Amino acid sequence: MTIDHRTLLASRRGVLAGSAAGVAVHSASPAFAASSSQKADADPTAKVSLKVNGTDHALDVDTRTTLLDLLREHLKLAGTKKGCDHGQCGACTVMVNGERINSCLSFAVMHEGDEVTTIEGLGTPDDLHPLQDAFIEHDGYQCGYCTPGQICSAVAMLQEIRSGIPSHVQDDITEDPSVTELEMRERMSGNICRCGAYSNIAEALAEFAGETA
Amino acid sequence: MRPFTYERAGSPAEAAAAAIRMQGARFIAGGTNLIDLMKIEVETPAHLIDVNGLGLDSIEGTQDGGLRIGALVSNADLSADKRVRRDYGVLTRAIVAGASGQLRNKATTGGNLLQRTRCPYFYDTNQPCNKRKPGSGCGAIGGFSRQLGIVGVSDKCIATYPGDMAVALRVLDAKVETVKPDGTTRTIPIGEFHRLWGDTPHIETALETGELITAVILPPPLGGRHFYHKVRDRRSYAFALVSIAAVIQQDGSGRVAVGGIAPKPWRVPAADAALPDAAAAARALTAGATPTEDNRFKIALVERTLAGVLAEARGEGATS
Amino acid sequence: MKFDTPAGTNPIDQGKVVGRPTPRIDGKFKTTGTAPYAYERHDVAPNQAYGYILGASIAKGTITSIDTAEAEAANGVIGIVSTLDHKPVPLGPMNTANLFGGGEVQHYHQAIAMVVAESFEQARAAAHLIRVDYARGEGSFDLKRAAPSAEPVEDSEKRQGDFEAAFGNAPVTLDATYTTPDESHAMMEPFATIAAWEGDKLTVWTSNQMIQWNKRDLAKALDMPIEKVRVDSPYIGGGFGAKLFLRADAVVAALGAKQVGRPVKLSMQRPLTFNNSTHRAATIQRIRFGAGEDGKLTAIAHESTSGNLPGGGPESAINQTELLYAGENRLTAMRLAILNLPEGNAMRAPGEASGLMALEIAMDEMAEKLGMDPVAFRKANDTQVDPMNPERPFSKRKMIECLDRGAREFGWERRNPQPGRNREGRWLVGHGMAVGFRNNLLMKSGARVRLSGDGIVTVETDMTDIGTGTYTILAQTAAEMMGLPIERIRVELGDSDYPISAGSGGQWGANNSTSGVYAACVKLREQVAQSLGFNSDEVEFADGQVRAGERSFPLGHAAAENDLTAEDSIEYGNLDKQFQQSTFAGHFVELAVDAYTGEAHLRRMLAVCEAGRILNPISARSQVIGAMTMGAGAALMEHLVVDKRFGFFVNHDLAGYEVPVHADIPHQEVIFLEETDPVSSPMKAKGVGELGLCGVSAAIANALYNATGARVRDYPITLDKYLDRLPAVA
Repeated sequence: MTIDHRTLLASRRGVLAGSAAGVAVHSASPAFAASSSQKADADPTAKVSLKVNGTDHALDVDTRTTLLDLLREHLKLAGTKKGCDHGQCGACTVMVNGERINSCLSFAVMHEGDEVTTIEGLGTPDDLHPLQDAFIEHDGYQCGYCTPGQICSAVAMLQEIRSGIPSHVQDDITEDPSVTELEMRERMSGNICRCGAYSNIAEALAEFAGETA
Repeated sequence: MRPFTYERAGSPAEAAAAAIRMQGARFIAGGTNLIDLMKIEVETPAHLIDVNGLGLDSIEGTQDGGLRIGALVSNADLSADKRVRRDYGVLTRAIVAGASGQLRNKATTGGNLLQRTRCPYFYDTNQPCNKRKPGSGCGAIGGFSRQLGIVGVSDKCIATYPGDMAVALRVLDAKVETVKPDGTTRTIPIGEFHRLWGDTPHIETALETGELITAVILPPPLGGRHFYHKVRDRRSYAFALVSIAAVIQQDGSGRVAVGGIAPKPWRVPAADAALPDAAAAARALTAGATPTEDNRFKIALVERTLAGVLAEARGEGATS
Repeated sequence: MKFDTPAGTNPIDQGKVVGRPTPRIDGKFKTTGTAPYAYERHDVAPNQAYGYILGASIAKGTITSIDTAEAEAANGVIGIVSTLDHKPVPLGPMNTANLFGGGEVQHYHQAIAMVVAESFEQARAAAHLIRVDYARGEGSFDLKRAAPSAEPVEDSEKRQGDFEAAFGNAPVTLDATYTTPDESHAMMEPFATIAAWEGDKLTVWTSNQMIQWNKRDLAKALDMPIEKVRVDSPYIGGGFGAKLFLRADAVVAALGAKQVGRPVKLSMQRPLTFNNSTHRAATIQRIRFGAGEDGKLTAIAHESTSGNLPGGGPESAINQTELLYAGENRLTAMRLAILNLPEGNAMRAPGEASGLMALEIAMDEMAEKLGMDPVAFRKANDTQVDPMNPERPFSKRKMIECLDRGAREFGWERRNPQPGRNREGRWLVGHGMAVGFRNNLLMKSGARVRLSGDGIVTVETDMTDIGTGTYTILAQTAAEMMGLPIERIRVELGDSDYPISAGSGGQWGANNSTSGVYAACVKLREQVAQSLGFNSDEVEFADGQVRAGERSFPLGHAAAENDLTAEDSIEYGNLDKQFQQSTFAGHFVELAVDAYTGEAHLRRMLAVCEAGRILNPISARSQVIGAMTMGAGAALMEHLVVDKRFGFFVNHDLAGYEVPVHADIPHQEVIFLEETDPVSSPMKAKGVGELGLCGVSAAIANALYNATGARVRDYPITLDKYLDRLPAVA
């Protein structure tokens, strides 16, 4: 039995109390785009071949598998984090063909032939990437959960500045952007750090960007 | 997320044809909004047609001096195009005011036009929503509506179109080029692309079933100074409370469109005509407004943000 | 080790390692993505199945039926754990809302079922196929409406002198009401657990701040002997109080693993976390001040009303007001309303964070009424003793020094005290300040230290590192005590098989857990001395050597035959009764408000803190800037919005619940006063992890007032609340 939300809304609290038998069905019916409810023997899969941190992988995966879950659950590359799974935090940031994306909002099967770089591909505990070094030096993290995403994002972000991708904080968008603290803060805003390490991350980025400029 | 089958389409016409052949099919390009909504089963496609291989990813000049933007050009690439930055600055400014660098790398020109509302009741499948489930009621009316619409809304739905890019396209009088499943093409003026909710808030655009956006056409450059001021609660990575897209000429005349207040980018001829009078233009833009207690402030915010833009156009202080 | 007299000179005072800026020893793991968080422990148990939680779709009522047939038939589904198949699990002492079991729905998104499947995708899809029928009950969801009928909180009313008379007679008074909203921890790592059974033994690899509380409460919830439960949580992706207590993820993962006979891994989907778990409860706070023309407070009253589920506690927003300022006539009290919203419980600096948001605006308003500078007004009302018990001094109280130093560094004297008069083009620039205050809490804490023949010392404790830097400060402590470089120290955390620690919460973690390691190291030093045949009183531990007189050995020699292991705890006497132990800060903020749109941009933030010995200035500073960032969120944007009809937090994801992003936060300065507090512990340290949050939101509110002349008493201070008070634009 499906709840009649119009009645509910019209009735508000008073009437709701009177109708103690109000019921709700959890699952939503789609507004449109009729769904196929036919029960297959197995869930649909598709083949995908991609390169992750220089290693080739050929997989046959559930079409619903995101790039993020492919990395974390199938390839056991758990450095890429799932913070929200909805493109609202940036913890899952990886580079695909050199560009940063939210790997939670991308199906694995859509990455045929792509080259993916994750945090594991940037450096290791014994052979740190210079930006990883800078994060340690400037304490650009606390709990560490957003950190791989911050670092992957930052590496690609600096490349975006060099490539001339404009940003919201540029005074003159016809000019090429430059590596300033304001620019970097704006461009890193898709990576949330609830521990609030932003000020230190900015310092780590300034040092790294200065060195690599 | 419900199971779905997946195919990569070879041509725009083929993609459109596949879309009506397969029941419950949807196109997927960047996927940043669709996948988000599939995870919570607001969207439940049974079949996805990946259109990323269609080659609609270039920006070319048109014969009349405008630009033809392929539907698959990413937000990042569109914002960075030298011609766009020089001649259609409002478009670049709008795009880079939206989302995050990561999302702009994935989001496409066509997909962004189809971005669905951020109304929290639309996103929560336990709640009534006429857009998600026609006839179920509107949770936002009488609920939390601070982000939602004040003009062009209906008693069935007060959601807003949440994007930024389309607000700039509206001020530029862009056109949307499509191909239908039967192979025919058409162009839809941006002002007619998004629909007002009326009694059918689940119908959001002029697109027909299986119709695929192939390009966005920009008319020849307007000249003037280009502005996009997006007001939000945090400085980045947030949806607009109100945004103003404007192209202002030397003499103070110009065009203005508003985001964050209506089911579509909001443009009113009388407002353009009233420029450079911010108060009069804002009155025209918010005429007939039906705000809630939560979002009544948007009426004043439209005027104040527009006044700020016009002040900047007069050279009275930068916005950043 | 019993700590019942103030510390004298001890090896920590050498300051060779402790107190030195030390990069985190876990940094190379966190920055390379190799630090394993709960959901990522693929290696700990084979054949892990995936769980996915279904939350209730109503706020209050009863589940009449759950139809799992369609879900069970879905591909890959191994089993479904239904709340109707279980009794409500018994709760530990810190939990209020039912975590799982039974048909009663107490709040929105309460966990009512979990699907276990072969893959995450299959579990998620099947969860959407579960059909639930409810009988809705009526609930109370609106704090403002419920406030008049709120009951006084037992024993919360404290009086000193005669507040009413003093307030009535005071020449200058303030009577103002402030509100703070519901807030969410919104830590980056969602609640997550892998649960595996070996016979009747349960292990959970989870994300939790308080290992022993979690172990105790999980054993209780599952009605099993506590010794059969093991909890492991070496890395925690933030908690801020959300992970202090047992949560639904661990309970249902354990139940599911038992039901299907396989390890189950589970991460709570982000949109569920806001209503499923706890939050910082909204408050309505009335503050009344009376003062003489000399600026001395004579009457202080702070009354706070909050709401919670039946059986839940209040948000203790009045805590600091009992201690922060002098004043002979005082009244503090709390009232609690029944609300059928999700459970209100601890979030970073519970009590003080909310209380200072109100109190420190009120102080600003009072200063203005008195025509006094806000810094001078606060200094004039300093107290060096507990105002409610003048016999009881503060162990150390450097509020005035924090304010003076902050004012000097910030350039406070250059601010324009006239609100709305400092304009730069379209920007209205303002400066504000506030005092930060948070108590220092003492908790028993244990550790084990083991010296091996290679001269490596390993520290084992169930203490957690929630981003606070625990790994590093424990290593520093052991290094200092044993005379080793920090590279010779290993630290193992978060395993309930290790000695019981204070855990992480209430900014008590650092001081207590390092003191526990100190105590264990004192014992280890004795063993080393004995092993090497030294009289332990004369032994010096330095540079990897153990020396006494002319004799000297490498430390490892003491363990050449067998590892030496020592275990001890720090326990406290009544020094916290004799002395009030608190930490202090001065917060200073500059911001600019767009005169057209009202957008507020932070420009500068400075905190000057006194928190005893700062064990590691790098990670302590990070704690403070992080807290300042959270305070900026609380001031300007964070707000769980209640749907007062249906009884839930509407903006239950990270797009709707906005927390600060990079672009919001300017460069932040932190200055620590160089102090030690021997009354606190042998480490002479105090908590600092929450101090940075306390007061900063009010400093921002005061700066916004200074910029615009618009006083907003309802948080968050979003532009819609003052747009109509900005200069006309036409």
